[in-house]
Amino acid sequence: MNNTAIEICTLIIENHECGGRADQTILEVAEENGIFIPTLCRLSGLSNIGACRMCLVEVKGMNKLMPACVTKVQEGMVVTVNNERLAEHRRLALEMLFSERNHICSVCVTNGHCDLQFLAQKLGVNHITMPYIHPLMPVDASHPRFLADHNRCILCTRCVRVCQEVEGAHTWDIMGRGTKARVITDLNRPWGESESCTGCGKCVQVCPTGALSEKGQAAGEMLKRRTFLPYLSMMREVGK
Amino acid sequence: MNQDDLTSIAAQTKQSENRYDHVIKVCVAAGCLSANSEQVKTQLESELKQRGLETCCKVKGVGCMGLCAAGPLVSADANELMFQGVTPADASAVIDSVVDKKPAPAAIVMDSQLDFFTGQKKIVLENSGEIDPERVEDYIAADGYEALFHCITKLKPLGVIEQVTKSGLRGRGGAGFPTGLKWTTVAKAQGARKYVICNADEGDPGAFMDRSVLESDPHRVLEGMAIAAYAVGASKGFIYCRAEYPLAVKRLRIAIRQAENNGLLGMNIGDTHFDFKIEVRLGAGAFVCGEETALIASIEGGRGTPRPRPPFPAQEGLWKSPTLINNVETFANIPPIIRRGGDWFASIGTDKSKGTKVFALAGRVNNTGLIEVPMGITLREIIFKLGGGIPEGRRFKAVQSGGPSGGCVPEQYLDIPVDYDSLASVGSIMGSGGMIVMDETSCMVDVAKFFMDFCMSESCGKCVPCRVGTTQMHNILERITQGEAGPQDLDLLTRLTSMVKAASLCGLGQTAPNPTLTTLRYFMDEYRAHIEEGRCPAGICHPAKVEAEVGA
Repeated sequence: MNNTAIEICTLIIENHECGGRADQTILEVAEENGIFIPTLCRLSGLSNIGACRMCLVEVKGMNKLMPACVTKVQEGMVVTVNNERLAEHRRLALEMLFSERNHICSVCVTNGHCDLQFLAQKLGVNHITMPYIHPLMPVDASHPRFLADHNRCILCTRCVRVCQEVEGAHTWDIMGRGTKARVITDLNRPWGESESCTGCGKCVQVCPTGALSEKGQAAGEMLKRRTFLPYLSMMREVGK
Repeated sequence: MNQDDLTSIAAQTKQSENRYDHVIKVCVAAGCLSANSEQVKTQLESELKQRGLETCCKVKGVGCMGLCAAGPLVSADANELMFQGVTPADASAVIDSVVDKKPAPAAIVMDSQLDFFTGQKKIVLENSGEIDPERVEDYIAADGYEALFHCITKLKPLGVIEQVTKSGLRGRGGAGFPTGLKWTTVAKAQGARKYVICNADEGDPGAFMDRSVLESDPHRVLEGMAIAAYAVGASKGFIYCRAEYPLAVKRLRIAIRQAENNGLLGMNIGDTHFDFKIEVRLGAGAFVCGEETALIASIEGGRGTPRPRPPFPAQEGLWKSPTLINNVETFANIPPIIRRGGDWFASIGTDKSKGTKVFALAGRVNNTGLIEVPMGITLREIIFKLGGGIPEGRRFKAVQSGGPSGGCVPEQYLDIPVDYDSLASVGSIMGSGGMIVMDETSCMVDVAKFFMDFCMSESCGKCVPCRVGTTQMHNILERITQGEAGPQDLDLLTRLTSMVKAASLCGLGQTAPNPTLTTLRYFMDEYRAHIEEGRCPAGICHPAKVEAEVGA
């Protein structure tokens, strides 16, 4: 056991008095106390990067909004999680994601299991007020078991982090800037030709949207095998 | 090398220069070089040789003289004689004028008493246009490295920081963080290793202050960094310079080699126990790498993307060690502050912004080039006195300070003093020093679109507000200039500006809406004209509606 004393702080999050260790983040303490702070790029167990800006909160005395996932708690902190301004920012951030690439839920493999969809429903974003950008992005189907559809990617980099930090393969990374940025495998070679990919599938499981999926699950792949239909009456006769 | 060696080098250099009756200085910084100044210099040398004058007249390549628009520039006899637009064919006329006092043709004579020159106060640029940037002896003769020797032999690290704090110097990269405070934080931070980084990734469109300092007086930056390293306890430094500045990189490398060979950098500097080495790292064309955490990630070999702060680089920077990161101009201010004392520096400028600031004056103004002015000077003085006003008698409309992160300041605020707080109060920023003047032929919506286009392409793509927000804002501005936007687009644009400003991860996104915000605030009538009347008041944009009317 190490004997370093761990400092304990008390702070107020959304009018709740909370206690936390000084090495914990606002988000961790909030979750322990049952206070919901929306997140997208964050996944417990991976490093936090503060990129999606969903978890921005107001901290009294600071003039900037702080990402709860990377901001450490401090004694006497007063944190506001929900107010009109934060709701507007989160709403716009979600709208931006929906407008950036193709996120049409009805034809998505992850429909119903999607973190982006869940958050939009939770925060009441049922339509968007800005025009769609929707550039045509490539789909990489070269891997025998998995599929990468860049049209669904929100660039949260969970795949990049899980591959590097947990699997240790660092197959995934990012190339390009701005809206041209996209996740790539190896040095932008097709996923199926990747020499570093171990095929573990962790990236598929951590992906919050339908960008990375297992093959055979897309709406278009749900074909019914109806070749026996013309013989139904015959089959009934035989059964009699 | 010790103090005595330094003094004797300075004396020898001055003596060898004093042997000549005349010294003709030719600008060999990037601006004039691209206008053939190297050939002018060679021609002057061969002409002098032909006339047998090489013992009484010397030709010297020097750094930037400031008035880049009139290059190549040549000066002589302590800048009493100045020549502009000199071609190799003018070499003999220049020599006639300098040596034989014959008047030179009017086309190449420049008035050295122009407001552009006399209105300046030079601290950072004191050696620019005076010394040969590729000779360490020249820098030493201009009191170079004296401040470093004073620090490492006579001052304790805390004493150095005290002078910097007293000077009131604020970061010249744009945000204006107090330099003394930053140095104190790094000095107090715990860490076995500490680093000093010089941010030379100048990327604002139209800004070239740092490039000019590096090309004209590279040793000054090295000396400033070495003093900083001594003050905070670092032994390794990096200069992160953009690769688009090949001449600056070349001169930096020459300067580092000279300094190392003379014991001014490396181990046991000035025969003390102080060690400091500097390495140059090149940027690969990403504007965002000027943001300190992205810059650090880039030096570490990673993708140049920013990370949330805190922890600040002063606590956890390069390879997780405490790191001091300052801009080129900030470091260039350090040697004179140490030489003349913090109080002297604090006596220049305004209450909260001390010293001078270098600006790159560009756009619709008569004298474009580099100027160094005391803080507190008004925008009007800069544009109409030093800048010589707007060409062809056109009407001034706005001045954009701080590049893509800054704002457009309209005519009614021309008399505000130029300092960090006054510029912020009208929605702009000091920024790194770009200053673009616009007249009545500039369309402010088009200007806002230009800067948003820049931010959109330079956004790293990490955080959502900057990546998608800048694109959405750009698309709206584009629709406005094309006459395809409606009033609802203005509402969305306003919502987006405040969200992107508040929610973006780093300075790029947080300041990207500034040009749009200020033009919305001061030039709403131009936005309305585009949207409601399908008309561009400046005649720059061609809204579709107008064309449709003409066609019908």
